[in-house]
Amino acid sequence: MPSESKSSEIDRSMKLPGLLFLLSAVAWLLTGTVFALLTSIKSTFPGFLANCECLTYGHISAAGSNSILYGWGGNALFGVGLWILARLGRRPIPMPVMLLIGGVFWNIAVTLGVGGIIIGDMTSVMWLEMPSYATTILAISSILIGVWGTLVYRYRQPGPVYISQLYILAALFWFPWIYITAQIFLFYLPARGVVQVVTNWWYAHNLLGLWLAPAGLGAAYYLIPKILGRPVHSYYLATVGFWSLALFVGWGGMSNLVGGPVPAWLVTVGIVASVATLLPVLIIAINHHLTVMDSFDRVAADPSLRFVVFGTISFTLASLIGCVLSLRSVSEISQFTTVMEGNSQHFVYAFFTMIMFGAFYFMMPRILNCSWPSGKLIQCHFWCSAIGITLMLIALYGSGWIQGTQMTAIGAYGDPVHGDFLQIVQNTIPWLHARTASILLISIGQLAFAANILWMLVEAARSCYCGMIGAAKDAQGEKFLPETAAS
Amino acid sequence: MKSLPIIFCGLFATLALSWAGIIWRGQEQLGGLQPMSEYYAIDAVSESFRFEKPQKDETRNPEARVGLAQQGKAQYIGLGCVSCHTQQVRRKGFGADYERGWGARQTVPRDYIRQERVLTGFSRTGPDLSNVGERRDSANWFHAHLYNPQAVSPGSTMPPYAFLYEKREITQNGERSAKALELPTDEGYEIVPTLRAEALVAYLQSLKLDYNLPEVRLPEEPQN
Ligand code: HEC
Repeated sequence: MPSESKSSEIDRSMKLPGLLFLLSAVAWLLTGTVFALLTSIKSTFPGFLANCECLTYGHISAAGSNSILYGWGGNALFGVGLWILARLGRRPIPMPVMLLIGGVFWNIAVTLGVGGIIIGDMTSVMWLEMPSYATTILAISSILIGVWGTLVYRYRQPGPVYISQLYILAALFWFPWIYITAQIFLFYLPARGVVQVVTNWWYAHNLLGLWLAPAGLGAAYYLIPKILGRPVHSYYLATVGFWSLALFVGWGGMSNLVGGPVPAWLVTVGIVASVATLLPVLIIAINHHLTVMDSFDRVAADPSLRFVVFGTISFTLASLIGCVLSLRSVSEISQFTTVMEGNSQHFVYAFFTMIMFGAFYFMMPRILNCSWPSGKLIQCHFWCSAIGITLMLIALYGSGWIQGTQMTAIGAYGDPVHGDFLQIVQNTIPWLHARTASILLISIGQLAFAANILWMLVEAARSCYCGMIGAAKDAQGEKFLPETAAS
Repeated sequence: MKSLPIIFCGLFATLALSWAGIIWRGQEQLGGLQPMSEYYAIDAVSESFRFEKPQKDETRNPEARVGLAQQGKAQYIGLGCVSCHTQQVRRKGFGADYERGWGARQTVPRDYIRQERVLTGFSRTGPDLSNVGERRDSANWFHAHLYNPQAVSPGSTMPPYAFLYEKREITQNGERSAKALELPTDEGYEIVPTLRAEALVAYLQSLKLDYNLPEVRLPEEPQN
């Protein structure tokens, strides 16, 4: 079958860059989770590791979010995204070494950045905490990788174009733009006063909405139909969904500024945009959910599909909750509490990360030409992740809501009902213990994931090595063993 | 819609729209704000602060933060205090910032124009700090709190910053450092703030919302 050999050729072109991206993604995921675990423990036991300045709360909470967003998110997005672009373009990656270079520099930048945060060179600007010696490298390598993605699309085989390609191209294109804009307006030519805050929220919202989200959605649009062997519910709707998402998301971040020192019109624009985002969210939901409808037995059986479907359901839920949280009467309470952290975890972990897990389970065997060594470990990974993230969301939404209602409650005489701030702090602590437990559960899942990957690498290396020995013996004219010939 | 140029035009246009509508327009409206004394009057026609009615000894607010306090801000940034503290007071009637005593008036864009990095924050695990310099007046309180928050605020989840302090043996003749803190510690030892701690406390003490601007005023003191 010629088409079969074609796709294996594509997979081979993506083997080295793909492995670089996927393996560094997993390393960053584990690093970020360790930081998150320490942060969570410290939020209830402030004395824990308190004498070590490098590991002070402010450092490790920023190091954790940056490891997850740029280390895990970036690497996973590049690895999975470029592979899907190449597969759908039905052409191997041209000069994959350039992707390798881009990937190496991206990881150098994230390492420098996270290291810089730990030693106290952080900027204290949300999700842009990395110091300037990391950010330039990060920006340039993201451009290089983006250009390579564009080339892959440009030199595709003639034929149909899929919505996934659009989503992934968009993510590759939007990231350098929002990142460089934010760097300029915040650090190189800092804007005056609160324009910085406006820029920061524009960036942070778009980092999720225009970078991680398109990559996650693009991967889901590829994997669901591919695994089920049926087309997307409606291609026309998918296009409308994409462009309306592109149009509305960019404005949504402003709703976070409610009550803050900014003109009211900015906040209103943000709220209107957040509500308008319901349109693409519903379209995407219809497309994803209707495509898997009445195949739930397949979802339960397929390792990739389980993760992907969990992720798409989370996208719908997180977006609906995000829309509600933008309304003034709700944000009056939820603003500045862990509810907001919960909503970003809902996007980053329950949606994006789960879809990426699904994509890894689909992609790794194909680029390594090997199957997953252990189904049990996959089971363990799925259930620990699914239960863990659900518990974490309950903990964060719950503690934040309590914190918010108690912090804003005003009594009949105009005095705060819960005047003692320390009491409110105490009331959230049981919920924060639950968060620590949830991160432990999540990290068990991740360890299972990492163990399975290592195991698979060992198997792949062994079969490759045997193949080489076989070939060498063959060249020497020796009669080689039948089992090596088979592998 | 397969052609690359068309796709890129679309991708560019959608993001450019939000960029122009938010950042560029924000910059247009807020980028030109100047420090002003409270005696500026609003020009009713253009709705801008046009006419100044000069008064004797007026100061223009906000004033620039200088010296030790400014160095302290670098510590505040480098230690990541922003992960738990905001520096913005919401208006009375939206939340309970006023009622909790976090500020007598709301903060407005002009309050931040002199800051080269604006740290309004995103999380209130701890209280808002816009006005903490008014609320807590003694440097000693800040030092004792930073050194060990749980001793000052029992049950606090703020991490201790004891690494900003030196535990020193008191010299032979029993002379204590002039800066030593009144904190219980081992016999024969004293706790002395490093320069970093002193700068950080100077910064915290400089956080005050005690001035009027043309667009917002502090509530009048009740006369009695
Ligand atoms: C883990 C979250 C956390 C971090 C990080 C943190 N704080 Fe706090 N902070 C709190 C909490 C909770 C309180 C309220 C209880 C208390 O007074 O200790 C508080 C209270 C304060 C207060 C007293 C406010 C008042 O109104 O009485 C000051 C001042 C303060 N913090 C300064 C800082 C500085 C400076 C830093 C960085 C070096 C910092 N905080 C880092 C959580 C934090």
